[in-house]
Amino acid sequence: MKATRRQFLELSAAAAAAVLGPRLARAQTSGPRVVVVGGGFAGASCARALRQADPKIAVTLVEPNATFTACPFSNSVIVGMRELSAQQFTYERVAADGITILRTSATAVDAPARSVTLADGAKLAYDRLVLAPGIDIRWGALAGYDEAASAQLPHAWRAGDQTLLLRRQLEAMDDGGLVVIAAPANPFRCPPGPYERASLIAHFLKTKKPKSKLLVLDAKDTFSKQRLFQAAWAELYPGLLEWVPLSKGGNVTSVDAATRTLVTDFGKHQAKVANVIPPQKAGRIAEVAGVTDRSGWCPIDPVTFESKLQAGIHVIGDAAIAGAMPKSAFAANSQAKVCAAAVAALVAGGTPSSPKLINTCYSLVAPDYGISVAGVYQPTSGQLADVPGAGGVSPSDAPRETRKAEAVLAEAWFRTITGEAFG
Amino acid sequence: MHRVVAAAIGLASIAAAAVVAAEPPAGAAACSGCHPSSPRVTSPVVRLAGRDRAEIIKAMQDFRSGARAGTVMDRIAKGFTDAEIQAIAAWYASQK
Repeated sequence: MKATRRQFLELSAAAAAAVLGPRLARAQTSGPRVVVVGGGFAGASCARALRQADPKIAVTLVEPNATFTACPFSNSVIVGMRELSAQQFTYERVAADGITILRTSATAVDAPARSVTLADGAKLAYDRLVLAPGIDIRWGALAGYDEAASAQLPHAWRAGDQTLLLRRQLEAMDDGGLVVIAAPANPFRCPPGPYERASLIAHFLKTKKPKSKLLVLDAKDTFSKQRLFQAAWAELYPGLLEWVPLSKGGNVTSVDAATRTLVTDFGKHQAKVANVIPPQKAGRIAEVAGVTDRSGWCPIDPVTFESKLQAGIHVIGDAAIAGAMPKSAFAANSQAKVCAAAVAALVAGGTPSSPKLINTCYSLVAPDYGISVAGVYQPTSGQLADVPGAGGVSPSDAPRETRKAEAVLAEAWFRTITGEAFG
Repeated sequence: MHRVVAAAIGLASIAAAAVVAAEPPAGAAACSGCHPSSPRVTSPVVRLAGRDRAEIIKAMQDFRSGARAGTVMDRIAKGFTDAEIQAIAAWYASQK
């Protein structure tokens, strides 16, 4: 019997496997290996999009937590509008997509050898690595604010126990108390977040503890959706909420956790409840992997999200320097899908095409009063830049029905984005 | 595969059909941040998969021109060219 060319090749492969052992045989039958570190909006979305783009890719997601706790809408948890359980998601559906989930941390990355070291010392080889580590707090960058201080002055900027701590402190405060929020300089996770939080805490105080006051001490003179927030504050919370910008002495230079005192260049504020939103940086594994620059964040190629500092490593979500894109869950999901398509193209020997990305962020100014900002982005001169003429914030003269509609759309968005990433 | 898709989108030009591939065209993947792709998600925001191609194109063009009021789509549609809108609409129309 004459062997066809194909049969001959199969026989050759079988013979080679017999000689070289099972290691080579396995390498020939398995697809490209992509490891994703971090199971937040960016990492979980990317792992799923990779499987969808090419089921031959073996995707491993490294994430130490069994449950993800989402930050969007956690401001509603702080003021008792929502329970923390509504913020929590497991990885069962992600695993059901055929993704290997390792419940551990990545502790080191050897970029030239293309290998990740796990907490138990095991090494995981990859063809492409995606880092989605989110943020870490820069402990000590604000004098007096270390991890111990956050037990007195919660940051509540990573949702979970800190969210509940701030909620308990607000609930326990006597009517007439001073609440202070310290907002950081740019860049940081969720640019409109401090102002949504201020709005909802003001709503809580107005309805539950109306003799109280809320002071927002800001390290900036401008912030996201500023005109909309300020117009709503003047309408809804006059005399209750005061925003102090950088130029009027808003920059907090040190804190004293024991006395709940926040010190600015212009004076001291002793709070009954203080929420310190501290300076941040990319999650630790990014620094360990050598993909952070001096800013503490990760410069990336705007087409592939591959690090500009280490080949074969991609960075998405809050940790990345994504030009005009904010550090938001929507942006993380949008970046995750673009990165997955690029990685799928690269491991198949193809060329990634130039992407277009979107961001939409809703903020609640009151439970039934929503505002939004949207943007469209594309690579321009090596950066992700706004597409001119697109994007912007909700109209300043919109009727109350529009604000109500945006509050409903905000909730719908949360269901959709969490369904995309975890559901 | 291309033939099936080209047939499904009917009047699409050869050039537009060539754009329709397994990989979503630029911008298409971002839509599912609000427009659910998972059947398990309930949302008042319309699903795009399997929607009529011409309907998606008209909606995007009307949001972009201001002929149709949007909450965020008026601001987002302004970021897309006619060619991009056509490619995105064809891709979603071809989805189940």
